[in-house]
Parts: sequence; structure tokens; C-alpha cells
Amino acid sequence: MDEILEILQKDGRATSEDIARMTRKKPEAVRQAIKKYEKEGVILKYKAVINRELVREANAQVRALIEVNIIPQKDVGFDKIAERIYSFPEVSSCYLVSGTYDLLLIVEGKDLQTVSKFVSEKLAPLENIRGTTTHFLLKKYKEDGIILKHREENKRIAISY
Amino acid sequence: MKDIISKKVQQMQPSGIRVFFDLVLGMKDVISLGVGEPDFVTPWPIREAGIYSLEEGFTSYTSNKGLYKLRLCIHRYLKNKYGLEYSADNETLVTVGVSEGFDLALRAIINPADKIIIPLPSFVSYGPLTELAGGIPVFINTEKEGFKLTPRLLEKHIDKKTKAVILNYPVNPTGVSYTKKELSEINKIIIKHKLLCISDEIYGDLTYDFEHTPFPTLPNAKGHTIYLNGFSKSYAMTGWRVGFACGPQEIIGAMTKIHQYTIMCVGITAQMAACEALESGRRTVEEMKREYKRRREFVVGRFNELGLECRRPQGAFYIFLCVKNTGLSAMDFAQGLLKEQKVAVVPGTAFGSEFSDYVRISYASSIDNLKEAINRIEAFLKGRKKWPKRQKQIS
Repeated sequence: MDEILEILQKDGRATSEDIARMTRKKPEAVRQAIKKYEKEGVILKYKAVINRELVREANAQVRALIEVNIIPQKDVGFDKIAERIYSFPEVSSCYLVSGTYDLLLIVEGKDLQTVSKFVSEKLAPLENIRGTTTHFLLKKYKEDGIILKHREENKRIAISY
Repeated sequence: MKDIISKKVQQMQPSGIRVFFDLVLGMKDVISLGVGEPDFVTPWPIREAGIYSLEEGFTSYTSNKGLYKLRLCIHRYLKNKYGLEYSADNETLVTVGVSEGFDLALRAIINPADKIIIPLPSFVSYGPLTELAGGIPVFINTEKEGFKLTPRLLEKHIDKKTKAVILNYPVNPTGVSYTKKELSEINKIIIKHKLLCISDEIYGDLTYDFEHTPFPTLPNAKGHTIYLNGFSKSYAMTGWRVGFACGPQEIIGAMTKIHQYTIMCVGITAQMAACEALESGRRTVEEMKREYKRRREFVVGRFNELGLECRRPQGAFYIFLCVKNTGLSAMDFAQGLLKEQKVAVVPGTAFGSEFSDYVRISYASSIDNLKEAINRIEAFLKGRKKWPKRQKQIS
């Protein structure tokens, strides 16, 4: 992967100037590369990683991992059914996987009932769906390589040879 | 009562830097660019291997030379990475970091008044340990040669009493390293004068611009080289204290004799963890190396923008920054910066009294920290009368 992408994946707020310094490129060249990535859809958007557990909000959300068994449709395979499923706003992620089921979804809702209702009323009745298994998330420890915990203090001594 | 302390120890120079270090350690909220160790914690699989070994009850002594399994791992690592073959049976010794390996090497080879050549600036222990072992350090200032020992400089300092040459590359504190060609030329002089070479290559894995060449891989070098390496820097394992020494059987045997009476053996937990480092840790080494390289470019770029002379070092995680055109000595620069901006750096004089125009900057710190620290250095310089001229980028 291009080093510019690698840097931005770690820190979406890294400036073109700083990336240019780190990679020994011209800031203008970095800006253009980023623009190109954005245009091509390689970089889709920039967002903050939020530790929801620390956000005390009235409309807290619950999340569930849902395994979906589907019967592929003739000619279009899984893609068409996947599209019908991921188009629901409740579905935040959707993956096609190998193994004992086919699609893995991450579904969000304001409480258990909302998610259950989505599964039983919207998802399960869909044509071509053979069955679903819902796992509600209890606690999030790590997401996208980031451990969700307060930053640990530096344990190094401040000066050494 | 007088003379409680041995004359030799009395004669050891107390580090003039100690006072400054204490000042840093006593201050809160300091951003430190003065740290000589990685800012990463030991990768989890390595820590886990240490924990597992404790759970399994590995709490005993090991062979004096170190766990056979670890010596085999070292053997394989050197063979696969560099084509360098040292027997796990009698040419490898597991030490308490390179520091112990270094001390053993000196004590194993020095007869009274033997001379040991030490290029400056150097790591702090080389001179004092040479003296403690009864040798005479012969320091060579490499500043004019871009901080590199050249064959000419080396040969100029060799006489009949010269026993060994100490090499350390990439160098702490300059980050300078040597190409294979440069090393070959040095080796020729060493062969010509029948000297030994003690090669401290603890930063070898952190070489950015060319392949690192271990000294014993040079033509006809293995027989007169003591190769020292360890896990501290490349695997972020400083606190575990594990290193190793490889060399001719005769020398390793002599070093093992001293080691068995002083250390007995390296802690078994650390040795177990070190096995894991060599077995599975290579990927993380490469990742850390890429990160250090980016930081190096960032720091060098920023300092040059500030008008401070900053060569691009080839390895380790240090920059030896010349502060001459700020009009301040290294110590004044370091103290002023600490007091006014709470940024710690190490005055160059820690690595040789002649380096009062330099400070050592460690970039083993996150980009965010480096960014903030250099902004503060900029503010510190702006507050002074003599604002340095902008300089051309040095690549």
C-alpha cells in the first residue's frame, strides 16, 4: 500500500505538509495524490474513532452481529441479495464470508427490541433467506486495530542513553 | 578510613551529564527526545511467551551460555538473514544485553595497558569499561569525516600496543552507519595490523538506506571479530535485558568463563521471550522500522526548515543535531530548552567532551510528540536574539 495511504489510515488528520516530510515528497505532490485517491474512491471518507462506551447519550445504540444463510439467486449470485440487505440503514456492515453461513452483518439499533424487530420483520422474511443467527454485542474491546481503552501512560524513564 | 573505593573506580569520571539527567527526571510534563529506547512496548506475542513460560513453571537457571533453544534460534536467524554461521554450541553466548557482552569481550581480551580504539562520539560505556578492564582507550574524533571512522584515521592511531577496534553501527548517538565497502576498507587495516574488532550492532536491524552488513560477514573478518547484538532495540525489549555475543570459540569460551562467575545466566523468562521474538517477531520489526523511517524524514525535514544543521542519519533512531549557529553550547541549549519549553534532549558532551556543539535527538517518539517538541524548539529559538539563518536542505 502507498505510504500516503498507510499514514492517513493511522491518522486521518495528518496534513499534506507533514506527510510530505515523512515521505520526502513535495507537499503539492502529496495533495494531488490524496485528491486522486479521493476521486477514485480509494479514500472514501475521514472519520473519528469514537469510544462509544464513554459517550453518555440518551440514544445509546446496541449492536448485533447477524449470520445470514441465503439461497443464491440464479445468474446474480449473492450480490443481488446482499444489496437488498445492506441497503437497510440499520445494517452498518455487510460481508460475504466462507463457512457455515454466507453473509455477516453488523446491525445497529437503539435497543434490543428495535434490532430484534428488524431481524424478524425485515430481514428474516426476505425471499431467499434460509435462516439467521443474532449475536448481540456486549462489550467492544478492540476495533479496526485500535484497542478501546484509555491511553496508557508512558512507562519509559524520561531520559536514557 | 581511607581508600575504601578501589583506585580504578575512583578514577572513573563521573558523568557530567548526571546533574542534567536528574533535572529532567525531576520535572513533570516533559516531552522527552532524550530516550534511548523504543517507544513501542514489546510486541504482545513476545510478552505472551514470557508469561506462558512462567505459567509452565520455567523459573530455573539455564545453561551458562543460555538456553540451547535460544542459541539455536540465534544461529538460524544469523544464517538466514546474513548467511553468517556461528555454532550454537561453542560460538554463541547469551548475555544481559549488549552491555554485558561488551564488558565480557573487553575483559576477555585486555592485558594491562593494551590499547583499544574507540571512534567518537560513542556510546557512554565504551571508554569507562575499557579502563575498568585495564586497557587504555584511544579515542578518535570522527566529526570531520561525517562522524565515520575512515581507514586513514584508524591507521593513524594504531601502534604496537593496539589490541582491538570498537565499532558500533548504526551509531548511538549519530545514527550514522557504514556501507559494506567502507567496512571492508576498515577490515583491511584491522587485518594488516592483526587487531581484533568488537562490533556492537544492536541497531543493525534499524538501517534505512542500505542493507546492514554485519562485520563478521566481511572477507576474512570472522576470525578476529566479536559480534554483539541483542533484542532491546529491534524488538522493543530493552527492559528484558537479553543480548548475545558471537565469535571465535576461544574468545566466546573466555567470555563464558567470566559470565558464569558473574551472571551465571540470563533470566529464563527473558530468554524464553527472546526465542519467540526470533521465531515470530520479524514482521513487527519491519513495521517498526517503517515507522521509524517516516519519523526520521519528518524530524530531519523540520530541523532543516528551522535552519539547524541536520544530516540524514542512515540508522538507529537518533539525530546528532548541530546547535552551533544558535550561539548556545549543547548544555545551555539543553538546559534552556528544558526550562523554557519542557523538551528534553541529551547534550552531545555525554558522548565525548568535544561535542559541545551537538545535542542528541531521539525520534523514538510518536509523530504527534515529535511535532509538538519541534514546534517548542522553534519557539525556544525564536525567543533568542541569534535566530539561525535558513540553511539549504542537506540530503
